Amino acid sequence: MMTTPLLSVRNLTVGFTHYTGTLGLRPRVVPAVEGLELDIDPGEILAVIGASGSGKSLLAHAIVGILPNTATVSGGIDYDGTPLDSARLRRLRGREISFIPQSVNYPDPLMPVGRQVRLTLPRSRAAQLQQALFARYHLDEKVARQYPHELSGGMLRRVLFATGVTETMRLLIADEPTPGLHPAALQEVLSHLRDLADDGAGVLLITHDLIAAAAIADRVAVMRSGRVVTVESSSSFTGRGETLRHEYARRLWRALPRHDFWEGVAP
Amino acid sequence: MSGALDSRSVTEAPGRVPAAVPTRGPRRGRGLARVICVRVARLVGLLFGVSLLAFTLVYHSPVDPIAAYIGAEASPTDEQLAQLREYWGLDRSFAEQYLAWLGAVLGGDLGVSRLYQAPVLDVIADRFMMSLALMGVARLVSGVLGYALGVIAAMNRHRLLDRLICWYSYTLASTPTFWLAILLLTLFAVVLGWFPVGLAGPVGVPGSEVTMAERFHHFVLPAATLSALGVATIAMHTRERMLDVLDSDYVAFARARGEHGRRLFRNHGLRNSIVPALALQFAYFSELFGGSILAEQVFSYPGLGSTLVDAGLGGDVPMLLGIVLLSSTFVFVGNLIADILTVLIDPRTRDSL
Amino acid sequence: MSHPSPAPPRTTRRRSASVDLAIAAACVGALLLAIVVTAWLLDESSLRSHAGARLMPPGPDHLFGTDWLGRDLFTRTIMGLRLSLTVGVVTALLSVAVATVLGIAAALLGGWVDAVISWLIDLSIGIPHLVFMVLVAFSVGGGIKGIVIGISLTHWMSLARLIRADVLHLRHSDFVLASRGFGRSEWFIARRHLFGQVLPQALVGFVLMFPHVVLHEAALTFLGFGFSPQTPAIGILLHEGMPHISSGMWWMALFPGLCLLLVVLAFARLGDRLRVLTSSPGQGG
Repeated sequence: MMTTPLLSVRNLTVGFTHYTGTLGLRPRVVPAVEGLELDIDPGEILAVIGASGSGKSLLAHAIVGILPNTATVSGGIDYDGTPLDSARLRRLRGREISFIPQSVNYPDPLMPVGRQVRLTLPRSRAAQLQQALFARYHLDEKVARQYPHELSGGMLRRVLFATGVTETMRLLIADEPTPGLHPAALQEVLSHLRDLADDGAGVLLITHDLIAAAAIADRVAVMRSGRVVTVESSSSFTGRGETLRHEYARRLWRALPRHDFWEGVAP
Repeated sequence: MSGALDSRSVTEAPGRVPAAVPTRGPRRGRGLARVICVRVARLVGLLFGVSLLAFTLVYHSPVDPIAAYIGAEASPTDEQLAQLREYWGLDRSFAEQYLAWLGAVLGGDLGVSRLYQAPVLDVIADRFMMSLALMGVARLVSGVLGYALGVIAAMNRHRLLDRLICWYSYTLASTPTFWLAILLLTLFAVVLGWFPVGLAGPVGVPGSEVTMAERFHHFVLPAATLSALGVATIAMHTRERMLDVLDSDYVAFARARGEHGRRLFRNHGLRNSIVPALALQFAYFSELFGGSILAEQVFSYPGLGSTLVDAGLGGDVPMLLGIVLLSSTFVFVGNLIADILTVLIDPRTRDSL
Repeated sequence: MSHPSPAPPRTTRRRSASVDLAIAAACVGALLLAIVVTAWLLDESSLRSHAGARLMPPGPDHLFGTDWLGRDLFTRTIMGLRLSLTVGVVTALLSVAVATVLGIAAALLGGWVDAVISWLIDLSIGIPHLVFMVLVAFSVGGGIKGIVIGISLTHWMSLARLIRADVLHLRHSDFVLASRGFGRSEWFIARRHLFGQVLPQALVGFVLMFPHVVLHEAALTFLGFGFSPQTPAIGILLHEGMPHISSGMWWMALFPGLCLLLVVLAFARLGDRLRVLTSSPGQGG
């Protein structure tokens, strides 16, 4: 039986206007993401991998609706089978759709992090829920009173999780949640994402860590230059990647240091 | 390309205590004192530079201070002229004259105004208080209104309201201050007759007998002129700052968590824009002072403006130098306050003190 | 996975910055042309006084009315604008020249030269413009010299800072290092390499400075510094008109000021457009 995907991205194109010509007067739209198509089912982790600049983050920002206003967007995004227009998105963000941003610069620099977590929680239980969240992400209670610049990168990652993930969440867009984490913390984040998916949420995990992606995701979409070149089953990333359908995916897999690296980089 | 697919970086050792433990407590006060000391020392250095620059400029003026002092009617003898030159020290070298003047200034003596026949300090202290009242009220009004308009414009980016506010600001920023003053004067004082045409009090009434209501009456139009212009500057700067805030990562994240509209502003916009807006109030003392001179001139308001014009046109050197020093001090102190506010309120810099 | 088909993105932005710039430039051009042509067509005789046409409100004969000597205010306004623009161009060019020379010198020579120039910038910014201009005007003995030098010496500071920062950045670029490697002098590097690099910045600085310069000229003239009372300058028109304006001759103030406002506004918009376009917009990624 065909189920409706939780999220379905159809022919998404994101472009930026640049000015060229001698006087900089000629506008030219440079597409950063082009004709992108993706589906995410409930309970599934879809990893999107690709090099820096391949448009992964733009994909995440387009879904959550926080692209800079210099961007031009076309194509459609369906959530739960109906189009996700801006009014609906505004209702769903922070309730059903959660977002974990890429950079640790995303908390408000002038607000103690505990307050930032409490902002989006139901007011009556905010303090209690925030304490529970901090405990869940192994954050000391005194961290709540500190400002972002006083925390380490790893702690900020966990703060971002505590801020982004809500109880009522059904779709999680996690944009590079792992850099800067030590192996134990990384393992924890990954298994946490897996738990969230196993509880029924759809997870879009954007990463350039192919090993992590292959380990926890159900499917892996490979992006290059703003396009999805292939979507592979994560179980194909094994051995020398013989079952991978696309050449580019195979090359990425083989280029990893722990595989036969020397063969992989040869053209 | 595959180079970007790096292996995991390990930057945080397990269980490590965060490096940036806030250093609050007694150390902060001392740090702030140090910052203020450094800034004040810089301010004194700059004022010294201003004094040297100003003195050099007036020293080289072709306007003969004695001729300017005596006026065209009188015809003094050569002996009298020589006496005057000696009395004012004009026969000495530049360095001697400068040092003598500087010494006197440091001792609190700015000399005697040739036009007002009174100590410069007394004249400008009096006048400056009048100007300060005008500028203070204008700054307060334009600060509050300008901030509000700037925020409204930014929150409604590219919509009608934003366009209207932008057009108002652009137009007022391009308006000659004295012309706006004249227009207000024509409309409200001449045509409608709501306000008197000039002076801080009614003509012919001794200063001590001028009532508060009368003072206010003569105060409104110049203050309104300065406020209207100030609103334009503050609104544009606030708008730019708010747009930066709205385009920031933390606002994007807040939006992604479902915050929007007024709540977004209350939680993040206000917090991140109020300090720069406050600092701006003090950083633009230079513009404010210039505007005040022009508005005062149009409304015959007895502040520093007319004193400066009289001193400049009448060749009253001690007065001119006094006003230059005073107005620069005013601007530098404004900048100092702006700097300290910025450092003090931002937790990132505050804790490093 | 279906094959992605590239679709041309629809343009959601209101209007491109380049079109805005072109419109602003066209406005400035049209205004300049109108002023120059009108000034050229106007009959100089209407500058003289006409006893029979004193204090006439605006009408078909006198578009902007006449003053208390019966002089046509339209003619005087156009002449005043032409004068404002001329003074504006000269003073802004001088200011840009000072800024460019000092900015390059500070960054390239470094050391005490940089320290002195930076200090000079800091302290010059500390004196309110109008006070500084009065001081300089007094120093050079007033007159048109006072206006030109006074304004030129008070508007260079922020542009000098920008150029200094630019050159500091360029100083370590390959072509400068290579040139120095060839044994070229600092003067040669400044002239042949850096000047061309900072020229766009200086041009934008010129346009941005222009409105301020014109407004300050008018203000200084209004306060009574500079031009002789016979000169038809906007500031003088308003200054002379003050006694009549306060007795209800509104047109003597309204039109000259309004025209000056329009010219300044056109240039300010152009400068703003240029600034928007030259500071490349940030891009997410």
